[in-house]
Amino acid sequence: MIYYLPTHEYARVEGNTAYIGISKYAAEQLGNVVYVDMPEMDDDVNAGEEFGAIESVKAASDLFSPVSGAVIEINEELIDNPRLINEDPETHWIIKVEMNNTAELEGLLTPEAYAQVCANEKH
Amino acid sequence: MKTTCLHSQHTAMGALMSPFGGFDMPISYRGIEEEHRAVRSAVGVFDVSHMGEVRIYGPQALELVNHIFTGSLTEVAPGKVVYGMMLNENGGVVDDLLVYKRSDTDFFLVINASNIDKDVAWMHLQAERFPQATVDDQSEHWAELAIQGPEAERTMQDVLGIDCSDLTFYTFKEFKAADGSDCVVSRTGYTGEDGFEYYAPAHLIVEAWERLMKAGVEPCGLGCRDTLRFEAGLPLYGDELTDEITPLEAGLGMFAKVDKPAFMGRDALVRQKEQGLTRKTVGLEIEGRAIARHGYPVLDAEGNQVGTVTTGYHSITLDKNLAMALVDAHCAALGTPLQVQVRRKTFPAVVVKKRFYTPNYKK
Repeated sequence: MIYYLPTHEYARVEGNTAYIGISKYAAEQLGNVVYVDMPEMDDDVNAGEEFGAIESVKAASDLFSPVSGAVIEINEELIDNPRLINEDPETHWIIKVEMNNTAELEGLLTPEAYAQVCANEKH
Repeated sequence: MKTTCLHSQHTAMGALMSPFGGFDMPISYRGIEEEHRAVRSAVGVFDVSHMGEVRIYGPQALELVNHIFTGSLTEVAPGKVVYGMMLNENGGVVDDLLVYKRSDTDFFLVINASNIDKDVAWMHLQAERFPQATVDDQSEHWAELAIQGPEAERTMQDVLGIDCSDLTFYTFKEFKAADGSDCVVSRTGYTGEDGFEYYAPAHLIVEAWERLMKAGVEPCGLGCRDTLRFEAGLPLYGDELTDEITPLEAGLGMFAKVDKPAFMGRDALVRQKEQGLTRKTVGLEIEGRAIARHGYPVLDAEGNQVGTVTTGYHSITLDKNLAMALVDAHCAALGTPLQVQVRRKTFPAVVVKKRFYTPNYKK
């Protein structure tokens, strides 16, 4: 299952684990990614709160976590090769989180609802 | 929000648009990096019609311009362009601008879009002491393209039919278009490359843009305009220059010569020179990949804040992480180890020359 925030992060959920990254739409809007500022292993992240940032040439954008829990892995490939996010943002997740409250998922956007958010942004 | 005469062209091309200086402007078309490289290696064209144009003319025009401008226009020949600033009484920068000298009684000033209203009001205020000088804001009349890059001269000739081979760096010429409209072209720019700025009424700029597009010239947005000027160490008003920063602090003292007779802000600069600068604009080379953006804190080796970043990018040409920063004078020597705070982390940095990229001007 995959869920989204209106701020363009996704959580791909397998059991109690969530893979968090940014959507294809967000990656296209950003242009070439030059740096991903990631939390450390074992850091706690909170649903709706900032956990890092993603930088394009032009600007830094905060990253918000769709779920709460502990960071159990960061995608180390992105340290030297942040552009993987442009190639395929939904494969190249940013952090892996052990969720501590799966009920939070109910408050997130379905792929259909998220597609509507993107359509509205394009006006 | 205001738009330029090329707004519908930009949106039809799918440009990423964003507000800048009160205008809805193109940030990029194909991508900032691609556009940046096109200007460094070949040629690109920018719609810079948002820039403001002011004509100052009359028997006292020279006196007024010399009073409000840090550069001296007295010994300058007609046909020359001079870069400098307008200062307030405290030596802070009202704006940085280009002055085109048509004659001792006629000047064409090009100012930043974000400052048009402020600048024109300031010029009118200063002009009260010079009743025989007229300040005429012509910003609505003029549109402007910047054609920049090593192939700019050939593009001007082959695509636009404007022979610029006789123009040297920072000179201009005027001509009449087929319909009798006045046009101005100068060998100037804001990219660190050879290039030209072409001013004409909107219908001619639209026609020129369309010819350039048909010829395959890279359309470039304000995104790469900023990364290009940054690499060349050129200031942007609002970042390196503000009402609170003097040209000396910005490292632009060569454009504000205090040996020139009195001009607005000169006394403040003389005082600042006597007392010594307390802060200076420097270049920083930063370790790691995090980008030091405008406003981020600069720390000394012990972690005390000693300044702030004015502009920072991962340099596209040099593939280095760089920034310009305004720091306490005791931290400004080349080689000084500093740190930059990017969100929760700090990264080591070292003071380097802020002209990161050596410009390729045709002098």
